[in-house]
Amino acid sequence: MKRDTMKYDGKFGKYGGIFVPELLIPAIEELEEAFYKFKGNEEFVEELNYYLKEFAGRPTGLYYAENLSKELGCKIYLKREDMLHTGAHKINNAIGQGLLAKYMGKTQLIAETGAGQHGIATAVIGAKLGLDVKVFMGSTDVERQKLNVFRMELSGAEVIPVDMGSKTLKDSINEAFRYWISNLDTTHYLIGTTMGPHPYPTMVKYFQSVIGKEAREQIMELEGKLPDTVIACVGGGSNAMGIFSGFVDDEEVELIGVEAGGEGIETLDHGATLTKGTEGILHGSLSIILQNDEGQISETSSVSAGLDYPGVGPEHAYLHSIDRAQYVPINNKEALDGLRLLCETEGIIPALESSHAIAYAVKYAGKEENKGKTIIVNLSGRGDKDMFTVAKELGVEI
Amino acid sequence: MNKQSYAEIFEKSQQKNEGIFIPFLVAGDPDYDTSLEIAKLLVDNGADALEIGFPFSDPVADGASVQNADIRAFSSGMTVEKCFKFLEELREYTDKPFGLLLYYNLVYKHGIEKFYKRLSNIGVNAVLIADLPPEEAEDAIKAADKYNLEQIFIVSQATSNERLKGITDIVGGFIYIASVMGTTGARTQVEHNTTELIKRIREHTDIPLCVGFGISKPEHVHEVLDAGADGAIVGSALINIIADNLDNKDVMFGEIADYIQIMKEATSSE
Repeated sequence: MKRDTMKYDGKFGKYGGIFVPELLIPAIEELEEAFYKFKGNEEFVEELNYYLKEFAGRPTGLYYAENLSKELGCKIYLKREDMLHTGAHKINNAIGQGLLAKYMGKTQLIAETGAGQHGIATAVIGAKLGLDVKVFMGSTDVERQKLNVFRMELSGAEVIPVDMGSKTLKDSINEAFRYWISNLDTTHYLIGTTMGPHPYPTMVKYFQSVIGKEAREQIMELEGKLPDTVIACVGGGSNAMGIFSGFVDDEEVELIGVEAGGEGIETLDHGATLTKGTEGILHGSLSIILQNDEGQISETSSVSAGLDYPGVGPEHAYLHSIDRAQYVPINNKEALDGLRLLCETEGIIPALESSHAIAYAVKYAGKEENKGKTIIVNLSGRGDKDMFTVAKELGVEI
Repeated sequence: MNKQSYAEIFEKSQQKNEGIFIPFLVAGDPDYDTSLEIAKLLVDNGADALEIGFPFSDPVADGASVQNADIRAFSSGMTVEKCFKFLEELREYTDKPFGLLLYYNLVYKHGIEKFYKRLSNIGVNAVLIADLPPEEAEDAIKAADKYNLEQIFIVSQATSNERLKGITDIVGGFIYIASVMGTTGARTQVEHNTTELIKRIREHTDIPLCVGFGISKPEHVHEVLDAGADGAIVGSALINIIADNLDNKDVMFGEIADYIQIMKEATSSE
């Protein structure tokens, strides 16, 4: 059947698309129409920019990490998304989609969350815009991220523990889809990353592309040239897609996505989707996923809840397939070392997710051929939320 | 065993002036042997056709009843390979039509063409892929045509007339009408606009219409058949009988047999 009820098919090469139950199709059509209508609407753009600046705290700095650079023999710049309201890049997308929901006349936002960063971002924008918020969160994550659950509840969101399956992020996404199917008229599903059916991967990238746009202007101002390399961590892939989007057309800029190596990619306990996965359909799009030989989705593992997901955004699968971006794993221990190194050299406490990117920058800079290169690392979030996890991993009681 | 087609059973039921009754079960719920016994029981007690689910790790279109059925099946060691064996054994037992209801990744991972070829060799009649909209279904439809399987699609209240027309052009076997805007699951009443939906679809096509999602009582069957549907599909209500009687199979089988008979009786117009 030809697709005549929508503008685009949402394909990136062979990846992407719309693989959802029939009942969701009208909502997807409505969302696509609204996204393309309002992203060109002057009032919408003005309001979006206002909230990004005054509510979230944009633009974020591109910070020259001088001590770290000296130690590594490269020029390392950090894109400071960790300085944003609620502590991570997630707020960029939450503001964009929250506003879109308001313009669409929806009264409720729902969201999935793993570590809780996207849940909090959704909760605060819901509070600000006067929209009800329900956050679906695996009961395992509710338990290990109690502090974030409380922060969401303080902002008026209802946190709904999901007791099915592995009781983590992928199950909270399943449950959010189920709720959405039953409440399409009132509800916008605010997906937190560049996955899901079209238009989500395109839309989330659009709202996160502010990272890449700023970073490109900033590095041109500071260095007078493009960076050699851009490094970002990848779970679903929204912060990476956001910063990559500023450089993807500059073929000379190397793009590197860093995945969760967990306990090691030779074990089953990791979230290194592009490194170890195969083609499949999960949560609405064709991408690379972690699955068994029969197509059942694998459970993943990482010290960082935000990278603990068996799928990846379809555009990353595409960039990987055409060799435009490289994807590499960093294991739990390396990520923790990266976190400590940044704390000690620069006085910046990165999120465990972003610590994967730092850790790979260290590895990368250690190679002879990379000495002296200019590298931008997307510091996608701050580490406050991870302090209990880090203390536990380091054997410290707090 | 040779199989009857959906067209044949719809024709027969029309002659008898009654509707079709199709129960749904998850292969391997609660375990392989029991679910095969249940499938045979359904056939023996009046089911006109069967809808068989393959358990999936992430069933986004399903409510709690089917999700838990999937989990029970996995816990008892169910695999896709065992599902194929289940279908083979079922085909040896009955010539009634049966179709699959499953998620696309299981088909895609297997290889679409290979998957359909195996189903065809076994004698499966139809495939409905819950998360495969018709716009993405070109490869599946091609494989279905090549191997003589019916590709079934779902239509809901929110499906526009424009899409409805496209779907009626490509659908095989029957149109599966989702009577509620929600996930699968037993509900106390049929949503009031189901009747209008059935009438709206009827204006577009003569293809048989079967209504599922939320059907659990004889009254529901009456209601949808009176509105012009050709059949009723029941999943969660049956699965709930399984779930409620896991420690007593005799009671489980007895209740299932009674339930299926009552529901089948409800398809007669008297």
